[in-house]
Amino acid sequence: MKIETNRRLKISILRFDPHVKGDKPRMETYEIEEAPGMTLFIALNDIRQHHDASLKFDFVCRAGICGSCAMIINGKPDLACRTLTKKLPGEITLAPLPVFELIGDLSVFTGNWMRGLNERLEAWIHEEESEFNFNLLEEPMEPELADEIYELDRCIECGCCVAGCGTIQMREEFVGAVGLNKIARYQLDPRDKRSDKDYYDLIGDEDGVFGCMTLLGCEDVCPKNLPLQSKIAYLRRKMLTIGMKDKSGCGC
Amino acid sequence: MKIIYTDILVIGGGLAGLRTATGVKSRGHDVIVLSLVPPKRSHSAAAQGGMQASLANSFMGQGDNEDIHFEDTIKGSDWGADQKVVRMFVNTAPKAIRELTHWGVPWSRVKQGDHQAIINTKKVTITEQDNAHGLITARDFGGTKKWRTCYTSDGTGHSMLYAMDNKAHEQKIDVRERMEAVALIHENKRCYGAIVRNLMTGELSAFVAKATTIATGGYGRIYSVSTNAVICEGMGQAIALETGIATLGNMEAIQFHPTAIVPVGILTTEGCRGDGGVLRDVDGYRFMPDYEPQKKDLASRDVVSRRMIEHLRKGKGVSSRYGDHLWLDITLLGRKHIEKNLREVKEICESFLGIDPAKEWIPVRPTQHYSMGGIRTNYTGESQTLKGLYACGEAACWDIHGFNRLGGNSVSETVVSGMLAAEYIADFCDKAESSVDVNSNTIGSFLQQEKDKIEFLLNNENGEDAYELRQSMEQIMMDKVGIFRNGTELEHAVNELKALLLRSNNIEVKRSKSRAANPALVNAYRTQRMLKIALTAAYGALLRTESRGAHSREDYPERNDEEWLKRTIMSWPDPDSDVPVVSYEQLDIKSMELPPGFRGYGKDMTIQHPDSEIRREEIKKCLSNAREQGMDRFKVQAELMAYEDLLPEKYRGKNERLVEPLATRPSRKS
Repeated sequence: MKIETNRRLKISILRFDPHVKGDKPRMETYEIEEAPGMTLFIALNDIRQHHDASLKFDFVCRAGICGSCAMIINGKPDLACRTLTKKLPGEITLAPLPVFELIGDLSVFTGNWMRGLNERLEAWIHEEESEFNFNLLEEPMEPELADEIYELDRCIECGCCVAGCGTIQMREEFVGAVGLNKIARYQLDPRDKRSDKDYYDLIGDEDGVFGCMTLLGCEDVCPKNLPLQSKIAYLRRKMLTIGMKDKSGCGC
Repeated sequence: MKIIYTDILVIGGGLAGLRTATGVKSRGHDVIVLSLVPPKRSHSAAAQGGMQASLANSFMGQGDNEDIHFEDTIKGSDWGADQKVVRMFVNTAPKAIRELTHWGVPWSRVKQGDHQAIINTKKVTITEQDNAHGLITARDFGGTKKWRTCYTSDGTGHSMLYAMDNKAHEQKIDVRERMEAVALIHENKRCYGAIVRNLMTGELSAFVAKATTIATGGYGRIYSVSTNAVICEGMGQAIALETGIATLGNMEAIQFHPTAIVPVGILTTEGCRGDGGVLRDVDGYRFMPDYEPQKKDLASRDVVSRRMIEHLRKGKGVSSRYGDHLWLDITLLGRKHIEKNLREVKEICESFLGIDPAKEWIPVRPTQHYSMGGIRTNYTGESQTLKGLYACGEAACWDIHGFNRLGGNSVSETVVSGMLAAEYIADFCDKAESSVDVNSNTIGSFLQQEKDKIEFLLNNENGEDAYELRQSMEQIMMDKVGIFRNGTELEHAVNELKALLLRSNNIEVKRSKSRAANPALVNAYRTQRMLKIALTAAYGALLRTESRGAHSREDYPERNDEEWLKRTIMSWPDPDSDVPVVSYEQLDIKSMELPPGFRGYGKDMTIQHPDSEIRREEIKKCLSNAREQGMDRFKVQAELMAYEDLLPEKYRGKNERLVEPLATRPSRKS
């Protein structure tokens, strides 16, 4: 009979609690026994329960749907909940996402960052002033167009693209792929009555689409495989056209 | 003491909470939303398959309307639902979906002409009408007569929640993230807001409001395996219960979804079967038609889950290191369909099982999924006993689901109940009676009480480990308060939970003493509250000596309308007691539009109530009368059970359909 022995995983975590006076960032390593089908969700809860009850991390859906648990896993941003430990080497290093405000250990405050971004880009449908009557048949939309919008609507605001972005390291106000993808989504949507010029005013500068250095770390790390590369390229061409037209009237 | 004043406090930032907030804000009231997580991470986002609304655009939805949606929902509930509230719901659902469309949800649309579908494992060609082209389409779901479940691929909840949250941003709704309501402030049977803990800093403050709305979702996490997000711990129901005044309804009514993956319990949508997938056993045999020849794999959820367990008990399961399971086969749908309409399912299979569902079968088992029970409210969403406290969505027992919710009715309910509750709350806040007349000493003592509890947990020595208590509770619920229940096991469950509750008075937060962000502290104070919720569910199940919907007693297999056509109502007035106080609310058959009858599954084992037959006769007469007078379906419905006056005026209008154009339609641009 074959005796299966589980691996001993060595999980090193970047620990730091900004709310504890005098606390300093440090790596702490925990050893746990790997179990079949183990994800980092299971592993981290195991550590919290059996090794260090103060360990902070965020999971909500634990199914790869909500985007809460993005962290740096062996150097790369990804969703921890759906990362199977068997796909990783026996030594695993975890760190919180950069850029976002640190709450403690692996927990970061993506919520306020994303809300700020949404408010800045006014990431909602801008309608014309008209009475909407919800009793009437909905406006038709081409099925293919609805699918295309949904494709971009699948972003879960996990922050992986922001963590994987070179530009944002240098340009704090850069909207990131998450922001550009939102504009691409609304630009596609006929229900949003904003003009291309309106979008240009939001992202037609170096904190927007012209800031992107095309390193495309975002595309590599997006857990939802959003077509970020082609959408950023498309927006850049589109915004350039608007910018060129606009230039004639700007007097510079 | 930090006190924040607002008109309306909404606890919970999912679909129901956000829709309530946007509604009251539109009416000119101030509102603050508290959310444990960024609202877009709420469990609403995990709803995959769709939202029921009787639009009747797609070919297979033709002929659908509010009447059929009503009938499906009542039958699905095993007659436990409040029929007037269901009428309000089905009439508002089409408005809700159209509003969401307006706000940006990219619903999947009807494409004119032929397309292939899989029905009963056969390829069928369906021809969509030209005039439906571009309107919102729908898929089949369990327990429905028509294809009524509207969707965006299998990310329906996600796209709804994103549109809703974006709308909240547009309306500048004040959302406070990572804030947890730990107690309700109340005095003289009137609720005035909540004591709130900041989960990042640990700060406690009081949010004082004219009206307080709980929209915190279900309590699935009292089970060790649940499809629910980890935040669905029943804290909304628990803080309502801890007032000693607010009541909870039907807490024993807990739904198990047939197809969660094994072992982790992540959901694969009912849309898998709606789109033509089937269940198979260890021999690869499709067993559901043997049990339910009519609806087969698409019987109501409670029925399919029970049949699966029966089949497993016959030894037809696939054994694995995690126990026996069955298979969900969607390979027959083809890769193209899966990659377009079931992509979350595909991602889940790839990430968690390492399989390709277009080629391989998915290991599944029925798993805790939905809480039909919750904070008992009137049709307005207001607690029946604590004025100024409202609840909506899964957190509430309003009650449109009775003892079994239909797939696709939950996200629909979140939005509809938010829309309606917002109007009633705004009406209340418009009146002088909503004035906040609470003594600041009262607020102070509620705040102090929570502070003391936390200090006790942190300073207690040689106390109990909350993680252990919680695990025991989860296991008791799994083993003894599951799909099939019986008196002996339920009695054990109640006694064991009582013992755990007693031990929970001596919890100590071990190895993590921070007053700021501290997951161990959070687990400690939630555990006792969860135990109370678990007790309401187990105790309610023990007392209910019949089988109705998802509540299935092996020792009482009949649905007993004669004795049990009533809602379980619980409160916890004495904090030192180890069980809730129970009473029952009778359902009145004589006012029902659809009196209790046979649901159409298995053998009819109903113990009839004498009123059912009387009411059926009345209805028969009423209908033949109506036919003679040539009444339309709306007039007939009003004759049987008038409900329209209960709806806020703005939501009373009829819903347009292709075959039911509205006469009042203003001319449209062509």
